[in-house]
Amino acid sequence: MPNSPSDEPRRIKVQRQGPLLVEGPVEVELEDGTIVTSDRFRVAVCTCRRSRRYPWCDTSHRDRAKDR
Amino acid sequence: MAHDLRPAHGGEGPPLPTARGHVSAAVEEYLRGTGPPPRQQDVVGTAVYGDDLQLALYLCYELHYRGFAGVSEAHEWDPDLLRVRAALEHRFLTALRADAPTHDSVEDALADLLVEPVDGTGVSHYLCAEGELWQLREYAAQRSLYHLKEADPHAWVLPRLWGRAKSGMAAVEFDEYGGGRPERVHARLFADLMTDLGLDTTYGRYLDAASAQALATVNLMSLLGLHRALRGALVGHFAAVEITSSPASRRLAEAMRRTGAGPAAEHFYDEHVEADAVHEQVVRHDVIGGLLAEEPHLAPDVAFGIDVTGHLEDRLADRLLGAWRAGRSSLRTPLRSEMPLTF
Ligand SMILES: [Fe+2]
Ligand SMILES: [Fe+2]
Repeated sequence: MPNSPSDEPRRIKVQRQGPLLVEGPVEVELEDGTIVTSDRFRVAVCTCRRSRRYPWCDTSHRDRAKDR
Repeated sequence: MAHDLRPAHGGEGPPLPTARGHVSAAVEEYLRGTGPPPRQQDVVGTAVYGDDLQLALYLCYELHYRGFAGVSEAHEWDPDLLRVRAALEHRFLTALRADAPTHDSVEDALADLLVEPVDGTGVSHYLCAEGELWQLREYAAQRSLYHLKEADPHAWVLPRLWGRAKSGMAAVEFDEYGGGRPERVHARLFADLMTDLGLDTTYGRYLDAASAQALATVNLMSLLGLHRALRGALVGHFAAVEITSSPASRRLAEAMRRTGAGPAAEHFYDEHVEADAVHEQVVRHDVIGGLLAEEPHLAPDVAFGIDVTGHLEDRLADRLLGAWRAGRSSLRTPLRSEMPLTF
């Protein structure tokens, strides 16, 4: 829960592999118009589209095998 | 007894468990006020991962959480008992440093955890694929030693962190403690899971049933949480728990659904799929990142905390899967076999 409403832009952390990280609470509008909300202090939004709890990250972006 | 702050207070909490050897028996006698603490040579001569030493250490640590019925709360800071605890910790930590696999860097240790093979063979894979209700009950009974005080051992690290690491750790702990809502405290969600599984939610109820391997995983958290000098390892340990939890929780939620364990049993693990996907990010970027920016010399300790967590979890997994694959109970004292069919 943010401590105060603020005029500062909300920062979203993006990563090459992994979810978007945004300060909660968050509302996400899905393609079909459905609105889902999360009131966690920080929210991880799936970007790989493999999550079974879409739009929330469930770590499905992880590699299945070590490639290094 | 000059240090007795509340001398008349007998102490609430669960009854002392059954001793598992002469060291844990001596600790219990001392806690009851009926005998001397164990001698140094007894501590040295006990198997380090065995029932007797692990229970003795667990008893010492439990005084910092809820204590035991009939045991004076003043024993928490009893110098003679702390001397015994230090000897037990020395044996435990020495063994862990010798036995845990070691990665050269935090990045390497984390990289191994961030791979999620499709054909994994851990406890959550087993329970997901073929776990039966009695095995889920045994799993929950042993894990209740931690989950009924979930996040408590890690809260001790907060005063030892600063800046980004502290705010990240505090934010994750806030989430573990329900984000300000008592009905969402993770320990409470686990008690609700236990009720679905027909288990007794009384704190300490399954201590006698828990294997030495299960005690060791909880002793590790207390050891790392109570010692400021081990703050790097505590942070590494916490990262390992959070990183591995989300995919394992998905499998355990599936196991609960498949066996019809009940809505609260499913919810505990469903909540951890989502929560720990976030916690993992915060712990890696802010807690580990922030700590190592301030104290880069702690990197080997962070890696040790990650590696030692896997080491003890693997030992527990061997115990559980070894018993279950042979059709045996993984517990020291079996759960009552009859579950009430209706409530
Ligand atoms: Fe949790
Ligand atoms: Fe968590």
